[in-house]
Amino acid sequence: MKTLTVEGVSMTFTIPGMDPIQALKDVSFRLDSGELLSILGPSGCGKTTLLNIVAGFLAPTEGKVVLEDKLVTGPSAERGMVFQQGALFEWLTVEQNVAYGPSMAGKPRRETKEIVDHLLETVGLRDFSSKPVYQLSGGMQQRVALARCLANDPEIILMDEPLGALDALTREKMQGLILKLWKETGKTIILITHSVEEALFLGERLMVMAPRPGRIMKEYGLPFAERGLVEDPREIKAASDFIEKREEILTMIWDMEEEIMGHRSETS
Amino acid sequence: MSDKNHQSSLMIWLGLADNSFTRQKTVKFGDPSAVNSGRAYGIIMVAGLLILWWVSTNFGWIKPIYWPSYSEVGNRLVKLLSEGYRNVSLWDHISASVYRVLSGVFYGAVLGIPLGLAMGLSSIARGMFDPVVEFVRPIPPLALIPLIILWFGIDEFAKIFLLFLASLFIMIIAARSGVNGVNISKVHAAYSLGASKFQVLRTVILPNALPEIFTGLRISMGVCWGTVVAAELVAADRGIGSMIMIAKNFLQTDTVVIGISIIGLIGFGIELIMRVLERWLIPWRGTG
Ligand SMILES: Nc1ncnc2c1ncn2[C@@H]1O[C@H](COP(=O)(O)OP(=O)(O)OP(=O)(O)O)[C@@H](O)[C@H]1O
Ligand SMILES: [Mg+2]
Repeated sequence: MKTLTVEGVSMTFTIPGMDPIQALKDVSFRLDSGELLSILGPSGCGKTTLLNIVAGFLAPTEGKVVLEDKLVTGPSAERGMVFQQGALFEWLTVEQNVAYGPSMAGKPRRETKEIVDHLLETVGLRDFSSKPVYQLSGGMQQRVALARCLANDPEIILMDEPLGALDALTREKMQGLILKLWKETGKTIILITHSVEEALFLGERLMVMAPRPGRIMKEYGLPFAERGLVEDPREIKAASDFIEKREEILTMIWDMEEEIMGHRSETS
Repeated sequence: MSDKNHQSSLMIWLGLADNSFTRQKTVKFGDPSAVNSGRAYGIIMVAGLLILWWVSTNFGWIKPIYWPSYSEVGNRLVKLLSEGYRNVSLWDHISASVYRVLSGVFYGAVLGIPLGLAMGLSSIARGMFDPVVEFVRPIPPLALIPLIILWFGIDEFAKIFLLFLASLFIMIIAARSGVNGVNISKVHAAYSLGASKFQVLRTVILPNALPEIFTGLRISMGVCWGTVVAAELVAADRGIGSMIMIAKNFLQTDTVVIGISIIGLIGFGIELIMRVLERWLIPWRGTG
């Protein structure tokens, strides 16, 4: 079980002929094994950039990302990704998608099959195992994506708006599934979302980011994820302490958005 | 107006009545999916043309040398089927042409697909071949015939080489654009699942490029079919193009007309077969 350390990470995109964009400025945090961190912030504040740096798809301009004692320099099977959509292999069946990681690693067929069957059972897609993925609904496809990531048994799971393309009802069900999987597997998870409610409900910790330049604005420790494992999600979301936090954070994000808009009209 | 909802299926098939889908639509002009097949008019048109053919040749409005009559075409067809043309059976003429096309497309694909993939994946390959591809691409294959005759003469190899060139550049471009079209999330996902570079190529890039590659194959087939006929017109002793060219020299308009029809039918058949193969081999097309 490993600790993730993000240390003084800054990211500046330099496109020839344009002003450089500072997407992240001096972002630092530590994530212990088994923690679930949700990240929230207005559009363009660098959430995806941060996740891509942790995943190893981008090298930061400054700073570093370390998993336990290994410097992150590129993608690896230790850090699994769940994308918003479109990252499943549509030429493979559900089963083959989930088996992708183990079979690339050359695991024996029988072992792989056991893992895959177990995971498909967990995400409720047993009956669809031999279906091509493009025949599944959006929610089912995201369950395949979750199972595919878990089949590889990563140290940490990175999710960039994994439920962003789903309708509200499916989304709530999937939140429950993510909590359940987190509990069962004890994985470390970073989850990016646009939904304040989702961030509060799923995050054991919550990081709110501010834009221009992208930075950490505020951090919260939250009780709701733990409670969500035993209590009814609807009740938690309707409880007064949940609503209070939600309004506080919404106000903060609105203020940031307003600042951006004001800033824009000043400069134009 | 209750009969409006009970149009006979014959009327619908003929495209004279709205089917249950188009009937619901109130906006029809400008909505291509609301335009009925109009099959009835198609039937009238074809029948009209056939009658015009019959009338014009029967009453001598048009000389047989310009357009043959039914009986001439019929007799010639029987003869072609039984005796062949110039000691070569009709079937051999057709298969000579088809064989050339298939060989050309095959070699073009075997070389073009790896080249196109390489150009999408490596800057060395892209840098080396881009100027050549961009320069040769706009040249119609037929413009290469004189050069190829100078190099290789007019034998079988020369023709297949011409078709190979015609398909090569189409396949390179198709494979390259297949690579370029990959959703980067899929590549990232594969690396995050522990795939090596070679595994990403084999299990993501290649299958992802298959639809484009298949489109390339289909276009290649079409272009090569057109090119082979033209190449045979220039020089060949067998093949469907050579058959109509020789027939022309003997003023056998009936053979020419039959040959042209066969060319059209086979071109159409190739397209149909490719479409069926595509639906069968790449069922995920357009779903990514
Ligand atoms: N490849 C890139 N090249 C140039 N600029 C980029 C690039 N990727 C991101 N940016 C810029 O960096 C900033 C942060 O982008 P990022 O995608 O990380 O935001 P985000 O928080 O994920 O937004 P959203 O919530 O809309 O997904 C934006 O201003 C964006 O324009
Ligand atoms: Mg984003």
